Amino acid sequence: MPNLLEINRLKTSFLTSGGEVQAVRGVSFGIGRGESVGIVGESGSGKSVTFLSVLRLLASTGRIREGEILFEGRDLVKLSRREMRDIRGKQISMIFQDPMSSLNPLIPVGRQVSEMLWAHDRGLSRAEQEKRTLELLRMVKIPEPEKRMKSFPHEFSGGMRQRVMIAMALACRPSLLIADEPTTALDVSIQDQILKLMRRLQAEVGMSILFITHDLGVVAELCSRVIVMYGGLVMEESPIDELFANPRHPYTRGLLNSIPSITQDKARRLTPIAGSPPDMIHPPAGCPFAPRCPYARVICENRLPPETVLGEGRRSMCWLHAPDAPATDNPFKGEGEVRA
Amino acid sequence: MSERPLLRVTNLTKHFPVRGGGRRVVHAVDDVTFHIDRGTTFGLVGESGCGKSSCARTIIRIYDPTSGSVELDGQEIAACPARELMPMRRRMQMIFQDPYASLNARMTVRDIIAEPLNAHFAALSRAQADEMIFAMLEKVGLTREHANRYAHEFSGGQRQRVGIARALILRPDLVICDEPISALDVSIQAQIVNMLRDFQQELGLTYLFIAHDLSMVRYVSDHVGVMYLGQLVEMCAADEIYSHPLHPYTQGLLQSIPIPDPRLARLKTASGLEGDLPSPIDPPAGCRFHTRCPYAMAVCALEQPPLCEAAPGHCVACHLHTPRNCDAKSVSIE
Repeated sequence: MPNLLEINRLKTSFLTSGGEVQAVRGVSFGIGRGESVGIVGESGSGKSVTFLSVLRLLASTGRIREGEILFEGRDLVKLSRREMRDIRGKQISMIFQDPMSSLNPLIPVGRQVSEMLWAHDRGLSRAEQEKRTLELLRMVKIPEPEKRMKSFPHEFSGGMRQRVMIAMALACRPSLLIADEPTTALDVSIQDQILKLMRRLQAEVGMSILFITHDLGVVAELCSRVIVMYGGLVMEESPIDELFANPRHPYTRGLLNSIPSITQDKARRLTPIAGSPPDMIHPPAGCPFAPRCPYARVICENRLPPETVLGEGRRSMCWLHAPDAPATDNPFKGEGEVRA
Repeated sequence: MSERPLLRVTNLTKHFPVRGGGRRVVHAVDDVTFHIDRGTTFGLVGESGCGKSSCARTIIRIYDPTSGSVELDGQEIAACPARELMPMRRRMQMIFQDPYASLNARMTVRDIIAEPLNAHFAALSRAQADEMIFAMLEKVGLTREHANRYAHEFSGGQRQRVGIARALILRPDLVICDEPISALDVSIQAQIVNMLRDFQQELGLTYLFIAHDLSMVRYVSDHVGVMYLGQLVEMCAADEIYSHPLHPYTQGLLQSIPIPDPRLARLKTASGLEGDLPSPIDPPAGCRFHTRCPYAMAVCALEQPPLCEAAPGHCVACHLHTPRNCDAKSVSIE
């Protein structure tokens, strides 16, 4: 069966007074039906812009330069605004990082949920809307939904607001839910509750989930496959277990090394990734990670590495793994054992 | 330990009046007692709204305490008149969470770091100040060329370095780090944490480290205190709190941490915490955690459990662990 969503060579950029910011520079991947995929990357890696492109919600300065976004076989890039509006919220929906600024503070939460239902099905009666809204609020475990649906967003805690956002996102039974850092603004205890809720709902509703986050721990709990982005490119893609057991790309390794685990040896120093992310107005000619990479060679700084398939569902974009890489032209800049 | 702790906080309480609420108050910090030995790190954790930031700000007298005492190296801060506070403030500095909001956008990096110097050492010449500032910039991994730039020209990690330079330029004894890394990217967090650890060794700094990232707190701290609704509910050595958490709240918090290993994550059976933090205006009677506690008993809704030493050096405020002859006032960790 073809993938639910298939992104091919997507390039998105923003026009600013300082020049063209090349936020996404040729990203390809697919998401199967009922699958949950995590996109990991730091700020500026292009992970959010990729999904704003899918939803065609880019700011007015943003442009999709190249590539196609196939959803159920249709290229979203080519759709009119009207056609896109029918898909957004109904077949693909999204939850955002900050549940406070995503809800309208002047409208009771129940009405915000029923507005979603009404927007995509104008024939729905008032009573029917209310019934469905109550079902949805119950599904996301809002206590006393009959009473709480009349409350305003400021009367809800952060976790409760995010539950309302999820109820709205699920209102039209979408086949794809995109969650952009939905738990980053929440406490660990509430994050844990929201992750459990999402896991349960995915099993019940059977939708695909795309989870955008910078937290590898969250990905490990929720996703079956991970895409690691950096500098507007996919650095590594891998099934979840393999990624944690044997990270291949130096950036992925760097990320895993820089988080202390709960059993971290305290005498050992953390291994940070030196330096800072690249300037996306003038992205480096070679691998975007090369300036921070302990294994970088001359070729890494001059030529973009090709994508190399490393096994079932695994690929990386690194000269260390490229079969046609030239023989080592000079010693590595950094120390470290290289396992290609 | 016989040496006097650098910071001793005793029965510290801070209530904020509720606007239009008559006599009602927000119980931000309630009867908090702990101390920090020189050169060590005390980590303070809890959910947002539990009072950890209010506690830090009351210690440093950004807020005036409602009652209780704060001693820095034996000198009382809590009741100190404002003009006597100035020399004490030099000895305690703060690093803030948001490096975007905590640096003045209209000042150059030089001026930002010079401000505390000028406030405390008015006699310093510009050349002398510059020399100190450039040396400090190099210490935090920036260069003197950065001195004439503005905060917006820097990345989040670099801004936090400026914030650290500003806090350390006065050579303080105590540094309060209020979520210093939670606004930063993962790859940058480790850089900042390593730097803070290096400074601690080099300058003998004492840290009060506030964070909600429990694995990071365990990594940086010697002792950890867990706060819930304004109260300290558990306190002990950092490793102990992760290996033997006693308070059901601490246990729930630890179970909520996502495990960055998919195989272990699937094995996870523990349940985490249910529900939300109750309002600090009307905290539940008895033990404040009893409304969310899976082990709540009848006594929990009636009587507030005192903070008692349940094991050597391990204090907990929970009826499950209260020894019969506990005298709450005598508790302290050595």
